[in-house]
Amino acid sequence: MPQNSRKMNMVQAINLALKEEMQRDKDVIILGEDVGRDGGVFRITEGLLDQFGPERVVDTPLAESVIVGAAIGMAAYGLKPIAEIQFEGFIYPAVDQISNHAARIRSRSRGRYTGPLVIRTPYGAGIKAPEHHSESNEALFCHMPGLKVVMPSSPYYAKGLLLSSIRDPDPVIFLESTRLYRLVKEDVPEGEYTVPLEKARIVQEGKDVTVISWGFMLHRALEAVEGFDAEVIDLMTLNPYDEETILGSVKKTGRVVIVNEAPKVGSFASELAAAIAENAMLSLRAPIARIASYDVVLPLPKLEDHYMPTVERIRKALTDIMQY
Amino acid sequence: MPEKIIESFNVKRLDILDEKGNADESLMPSLTDDGIKRMYEVMVLARTFDQRALNLQREGRIGTYAPIQGQEASQIGSALALEKADWIFPSFRENGVYIAFGHPPHMILQYWSGDERGLITARDRNIFPVCIPVASHVPHAVGAAMAAKYRGDRIGVVAYFGDGGTSEGDFHEGLNFAGVFKLPVVFICQNNQWAISMPREKQTAAKTIAQKAYAYGFEGVQVDGNDIFAVYKATKDALDKAKQGNGPTLIECFTYRMLDHTTADDASRYRTKEEVEPWKEKDPILRLKLFMEKKGLWSEQYQEDVEAKAKAAVDEAEKKAESIAPPDPRDMFTNTYEKLSQRQQKEIRDF
Repeated sequence: MPQNSRKMNMVQAINLALKEEMQRDKDVIILGEDVGRDGGVFRITEGLLDQFGPERVVDTPLAESVIVGAAIGMAAYGLKPIAEIQFEGFIYPAVDQISNHAARIRSRSRGRYTGPLVIRTPYGAGIKAPEHHSESNEALFCHMPGLKVVMPSSPYYAKGLLLSSIRDPDPVIFLESTRLYRLVKEDVPEGEYTVPLEKARIVQEGKDVTVISWGFMLHRALEAVEGFDAEVIDLMTLNPYDEETILGSVKKTGRVVIVNEAPKVGSFASELAAAIAENAMLSLRAPIARIASYDVVLPLPKLEDHYMPTVERIRKALTDIMQY
Repeated sequence: MPEKIIESFNVKRLDILDEKGNADESLMPSLTDDGIKRMYEVMVLARTFDQRALNLQREGRIGTYAPIQGQEASQIGSALALEKADWIFPSFRENGVYIAFGHPPHMILQYWSGDERGLITARDRNIFPVCIPVASHVPHAVGAAMAAKYRGDRIGVVAYFGDGGTSEGDFHEGLNFAGVFKLPVVFICQNNQWAISMPREKQTAAKTIAQKAYAYGFEGVQVDGNDIFAVYKATKDALDKAKQGNGPTLIECFTYRMLDHTTADDASRYRTKEEVEPWKEKDPILRLKLFMEKKGLWSEQYQEDVEAKAKAAVDEAEKKAESIAPPDPRDMFTNTYEKLSQRQQKEIRDF
């Protein structure tokens, strides 16, 4: 059981998870651009090169496809690689590797080879970054059976979910909100604890409406529900996701608001809305609301605050639904 | 200031056995008579298998198939240079490699008839499943080599691909990575001159594929890909070098795809009979036969025995492959993840 807790932000919590797991398991190796000497552009891997050496904290050439592709080969060989892609906007050259190989290797080899690797990458808007640094494309990865998609919403859960992801026998893409990296501090225990994958968590219980979110948007949702008797669910693992917890809550409250940072068309909110409609239609007392970013190309920083769901938009949806 | 030459390189070409069956003894790899006969017998088996697979496809008994005819020396020569513990990352035209490395031929037919179980390699052999997205397996080979190096395992990793594959980004990223980290990996390009309808000259303006290695800081060599001794020697040397910690090698096997790209292709649409004809004289099996004849290792009787043995093995493979029951439809749910997801449990219940 964990001994001491310290207040830390998500950067520190992820760094701690990596450090502890690398101490525990020699098969864990980090590879990516600038992860060694520089400690990563967000300083997630700071100090790890000094502690574990260049064989375990590998600064790679600037080439996303081989970073993920090499991780697949390492994982098949028996290691537990953690590949960092510097920003989610740069992951596309590696999507071939993720979809065609990481997600499929267990199935296509009928379990002879597996892909116990983690791909960590920052996502999301809200830090005034240049173009291609701010997208929230989690839905893309949810359409790749064989891959797990994990999105932590706070330092405590980031550490516990990352440890579970590293130990998971299947490939995991671990999406970290850039906005969240230094936004929230909370008590994070040192030492062993894990948060299970494929389980949602009820952040607060409520009777009138179920609000489902993940990653940074969970914080906007929590702010917006003040004054409502809302049950708030942090999905945490998007695929495969915890349908039972969602349906259980919706059957109780009869109202649903889903908040996601991605554009609405083809968003993961759409999958959740469809699953709720299929399985809990008769429990619903109001239409399902999806609060998402607009279906536009993500604007540069001057307009990004107008693009993402705001507390006001979520609150308006809650008000409308309660009055329906 | 005058301009200076700051880097230059020379590309070697290795030929040992010519079309008349004469070998350059000074370059001959160390092989026993039995070793040479084994090369011949496996090549005959691979060709017999290939021919049968084409027939089975025409009869609708297996699916689309990519023939290897003409490339037997490149595949068997390289695979026989491997040790049991080495890892292979094949593309989709490596049935000769599979056979030479000991994968049961009936399982190869099982795979090409649409059953993933055909590629489950024995516990003591490591052949990654065939890779259909071109060259996307090159990074996997590089990663496995990196893992082997990290663990201190004295093994080599071999990636097979074609001339078309060298145009892909993953070829570049993989070779570049292997060069930077000096990894124990051998890249074997079977330059068979055609990527479906695109001739080799349309893939790259470079004179050879071998020379591309120099841009990544390691050695590339071109070998006569229809000369099993040259392929065997180049692969063995490259593997020895890799296992001694001296980094990767790119081997360009200069060969020819005698048949269509796959059974779904018709090569007469884009290349002439006149082009194919001269390659028949360069046949890899024919020239080894001529060599063996000169050495007293070949006779009519031996040929009959080898062919009969190959035919029996392929008959047996065909029979075995066709007697395997199709997988249980529920098997498609398993092995997506280690455990069934909530959704899959529902799907399987309602199936």
